[in-house]
Amino acid sequence: MISAGIDCGAKKTKTVIMRDGKIAGKGIVLAGFDLDKAVQDSYKMALRQAGIRSEDVESIGGTGAGKEAVKNADELVNEIKAMARGAFYFFPDARTVVDVGAEEGRAAKLDEKGNAIDFAINEKCAAGAGTFIEAMARALETPLEEMGPLALKSDKQIPMNAQCVIFAESEVVGLIHAKTPKADISRAIHDAMASRIVSMIRRIGVNKEVVMLGGVAYNPAFVEAIRRELDLERLYVPDYPEFGMAVGAAVVAAEKAQGR
Amino acid sequence: MQIEMREEKKQEFWRWKESNWKNPDIEWRSGKFITLGIDVGSVSSQAVVMVDGQIFAYSNMRTGSDSPHSARKALDFVLEATDMPEDRVDYCVGTGYGRVNVPMADRTITEIACHARGANFIYGPEVRTVLDVGGQDIKAIQCDEKGRVTNFLMNDKCAAGTGRGMEVFADLLGISIDEVGERSFQVKEEPPPVSSTCVVYAKSEALGLLRKGWSREKVLAAYCRAMAERIYSLVERLGVKPQLAVTGGLAKNSGVIERLMFMIGLKPMNSKWDAQIAGAIGAALFGYALCQKGKGRKK
Repeated sequence: MISAGIDCGAKKTKTVIMRDGKIAGKGIVLAGFDLDKAVQDSYKMALRQAGIRSEDVESIGGTGAGKEAVKNADELVNEIKAMARGAFYFFPDARTVVDVGAEEGRAAKLDEKGNAIDFAINEKCAAGAGTFIEAMARALETPLEEMGPLALKSDKQIPMNAQCVIFAESEVVGLIHAKTPKADISRAIHDAMASRIVSMIRRIGVNKEVVMLGGVAYNPAFVEAIRRELDLERLYVPDYPEFGMAVGAAVVAAEKAQGR
Repeated sequence: MQIEMREEKKQEFWRWKESNWKNPDIEWRSGKFITLGIDVGSVSSQAVVMVDGQIFAYSNMRTGSDSPHSARKALDFVLEATDMPEDRVDYCVGTGYGRVNVPMADRTITEIACHARGANFIYGPEVRTVLDVGGQDIKAIQCDEKGRVTNFLMNDKCAAGTGRGMEVFADLLGISIDEVGERSFQVKEEPPPVSSTCVVYAKSEALGLLRKGWSREKVLAAYCRAMAERIYSLVERLGVKPQLAVTGGLAKNSGVIERLMFMIGLKPMNSKWDAQIAGAIGAALFGYALCQKGKGRKK
């Protein structure tokens, strides 16, 4: 059984090719302005890596905010279902899954079969999404990928008052003027964002085994801030968290094709 | 050519002109009580000097990163317009977001009380609802015929609907903040509002609209409309009692105010005074009331 999952996110389009329940290839491109092209490019990239011809793909699942652009999809999978199945694929014990992308954050509670039984979404406010750290990295004049490692160097807690990205920018500028070390500011930023995400998770209740998906889960300081805020021993993060939803879509597409 | 382009890039469209003014019909020497109101907001600071409860002079400036300094600057700027020495002031009231940092204040009063009192002075006793839209927050206030607060609601968590959001758009579209109101009406027909609430997302949405070929005016109209809707949802929650007066910096933005008043179904109120100084006026009036009760500064 060969299936594909294509996740059209706000910032990047991700494709996963799965053969008999195993990931065979991955493709990722910036979404840009031409979503159709991004879908095709990431799909081709994943096929090439998997060494599979497109005619051998039996079923394609599309998901993500821009899933309508996945014109070749056999199945459009809603984002909650995709993240639930993706988390379940990596960690069958998962009971809570959190996906933080560039412009949206979602949390879902799973049953023992990997079905979502409750969920919460934030798609209205940038303070609960990757955009927050991106904007703050600009204010701090620090490359985005250095923000996390920088924050991990700090053991100081500075509370941020602002909840809004726009106001937080001014607050960060104020901290810079007050000569606060960059590491401490970066930690304050991560803590602030984590508290936003955690309050969303708490709306649906926290189960012990928490899985994190989405591009923001690459950021070690963010994962650590969430763990601290949730007061858990550890969080489960797959090797390629941003492919989580694409994997979920591919799993669902395969199930549908097999008539399950 | 290159130099010109660089200059254009540097222009700050959110920046408005600071001003001071003196009333030529009032002689401070013959006044009994001279009171001062200083409103240090998140974005702008105002100082108002009143002679026996009448506006004698005022200043309006941008707030810096340091509140005590901003209060000082606003006071110096208003005194510059007059020939009155600072020690002639009988009482000073500080208000606004930075009110605890007004070093020369004899006491502080919340900006909610001051804006209600100031709106009552500016627009008259028929005002029952005051909408104060400032740089970083929106307040909807209900008051009685004397400008006393009876109820209020505020949003200070999110930049949507605040002056700060409009500044972001002025910069994005390259239209001076003083012109945004007028320019937003230069459209053939009213476009649907920008759908994102969050200013960060609204910005991306606006870029998309520009790429689709919308004119800057049309995008501005869509954002003014979105802001009006956002403010409307707050004032609606509190309940509108006529008349409704708008204070704060956004009162000067006809693009938002006219759309908002149309939604509410009331006519915008007019006044000869700048509605941005309402908070400082209220503060100075509270000072005047205290002086009349003999609670002024001991000399």
